Amino acid sequence: MAVLVTKDSKIIVQGITGKEGSFHAGQMIEYGTPIVGGVTPGKGGMEHLGVPVFNTVDDAVKHKGADTSIIFVPPRFAADAIIEAAMAGIKVIICITEGIPVQDMVKAKAFVEKVGCTLIGPNCPGVMTPGEAKVGIMPGFIHNPGRIGIVSRSGTLTYEAVDQVTKAGLGQSTCIGIGGDPIIGTTTLDAVKMLMDDPDTDGVIMIGEIGGTMETDAARWIKDNATKPVVGFIAGKTAPKGRTMGHAGAIVGGAEDTAQAKMKVMAECGIHVVESPAQIGQMMVKALSA
Amino acid sequence: MNLHEYQGKNLLKEYGVPIQNGFVATTVEEAVEAAQKLKADYNSDWAIIKAQIHAGGRGKGGGVKLAKNEADVKEHAGNILGMMLKTPQTPGGMDGEGKLVRKILVAQDMYYPGENEPSEYYVSILLDRKRKCNVIVYSPEGGMDIEEVAEKTPERIFKEYIDPALGLRPFQAAKVAFNFGLKGDAFKNMRNFITKLYAAYVGSDASLFEINPCLKTSDDKIVAVDSKVSLDENALFRHPALAELRDVHEEDPQEVEAKEHGLNYVNLDGNVGCMVNGAGLAMATMDIIKLSGGEPANFLDVGGTADAARVEKAFRIIMRDPKVEAILINIFGGIVRCDRVAQGVVDAYKNIGDISIPIIVRLQGTNADIAKEIIDNSGLEVHSAIVLQEAADKVKELIGA
Repeated sequence: MAVLVTKDSKIIVQGITGKEGSFHAGQMIEYGTPIVGGVTPGKGGMEHLGVPVFNTVDDAVKHKGADTSIIFVPPRFAADAIIEAAMAGIKVIICITEGIPVQDMVKAKAFVEKVGCTLIGPNCPGVMTPGEAKVGIMPGFIHNPGRIGIVSRSGTLTYEAVDQVTKAGLGQSTCIGIGGDPIIGTTTLDAVKMLMDDPDTDGVIMIGEIGGTMETDAARWIKDNATKPVVGFIAGKTAPKGRTMGHAGAIVGGAEDTAQAKMKVMAECGIHVVESPAQIGQMMVKALSA
Repeated sequence: MNLHEYQGKNLLKEYGVPIQNGFVATTVEEAVEAAQKLKADYNSDWAIIKAQIHAGGRGKGGGVKLAKNEADVKEHAGNILGMMLKTPQTPGGMDGEGKLVRKILVAQDMYYPGENEPSEYYVSILLDRKRKCNVIVYSPEGGMDIEEVAEKTPERIFKEYIDPALGLRPFQAAKVAFNFGLKGDAFKNMRNFITKLYAAYVGSDASLFEINPCLKTSDDKIVAVDSKVSLDENALFRHPALAELRDVHEEDPQEVEAKEHGLNYVNLDGNVGCMVNGAGLAMATMDIIKLSGGEPANFLDVGGTADAARVEKAFRIIMRDPKVEAILINIFGGIVRCDRVAQGVVDAYKNIGDISIPIIVRLQGTNADIAKEIIDNSGLEVHSAIVLQEAADKVKELIGA
């Protein structure tokens, strides 16, 4: 039954009438994702892409029983959109928006934790349960329903891993793009735990990058608790110290957040670490047969 | 975005944080004028001449000098303005080229004699990613390299975490002053300093404040003698006046140009250039170059719309680097169609005309097969690949590693 999003989710799109929101909502609907409506303040009552538009998330919950939201709101309003969704009782909030001020996210994250809902992102590609629900901006056709769960901080590098898994004859249960910002809702560890608990997942691929300690935190938990094989890769072995590499969170501060340091801890914790990102799929095949 | 010391201090002053005052000068004459104004305000001949560049450790390279009279001001200002200042933090460190000093800060002397001995503290505010909140990091070991303090005497570093909903509480500001062992006026002044400093940090959407040293003067005032301020670029829309403080002289001109064209570029030292869509895949591509025996010459994320104009711009920026011997283009086409990117590459290649180094194009995703055909039939010296490993092998082959 996968995790986070399924064919039974009731999904709304915050920012559905905007350029990005509109394009991706269309793609999601085409994939067969259960989108029940959208939210754009001031455009309540109209219909867009064949689904009703509401002024507030509250209205969408009241009228359509929405339990999941995907956010395409511009950065200056995005933290507010997250808090609105959380207050309205949405259980899974997926925020695609890139460039949200950090102090806004510090507040939004604290609120989401207090309410107890799940936030994915921001600055992420979204969540995909192949064959059931595409809740994000990832290309649907590279995915294949299967039993491998993927957790990643990056967009296109996730697609790379998905593609390799599919080409290796396996498929994906759920792919979770957790995002590249310094403050994100769901950490690598949170996502790994979800996939370990999921009866439909047989193996986990964990893709990280330089900066922060999320991957080592997850690795230490995996060492004591993993019930399924984990394949890992960390991008940025060649990244210089003190420079932000695209993602706001991808910056080496100290000795512990380099790719080398993370890969070492991951290997020590029993994760099948690949040196080359071209080997992710093959390594999973190997790990499953071991 | 980083600020100069004087810009950071002006920001602090707006929020009522006591600072070491001073004036910016770009010529020796302006420096003398500044020193005269300081003398009128504070009745002292002494002034500190400080180079304004974006790097710490300026004193180690001769970028900070004490002037005891006007002749000293002239001499030091003359020496520092226009120098290539080397510090442990400028590119290449003390053995590098250094950074050109265009401005100096002529600042008041705060170490004047008085009733008590002056003492220096370290205070910084930043984001704690793990705890997802702001944290005040402070130490009685002021004026020192804080990383060294953390390594040798970690018990001398204190942390105060700030709850996102509650903000800085009064007892927390007092706690900092208590842990510095302060009493009387000095205690009250430190409590006030911390409160105002935190307000400035939040109010300006900063990502880092570092005050080292934070000084207790001989008459128990607490002042910021230095300031290192970084602002959150994503929040600059809220602070148009701060956004104007950007000093492009402090940035790599190629990186500034790339940014204007929607490209995220970081210049590196290697021999294989790369052009990728997405930051994670770009870092992974750099790693692949290294594994194939090369060294990445850059990080370059072309973003979601890799059209011909952008690809051409990216080509031109990468090829300006004479060390580049080959270029690897790695695009995973999801929403963006590979055949369009391929056509963009071919058009850009033809427009530029004189590309003499090998180019490897790896296009995967939507319409990857059509894209490969376009590249292969273009008649250009471009090597195409679909699978990532294939691209890695081609890099190896072409740079003869």
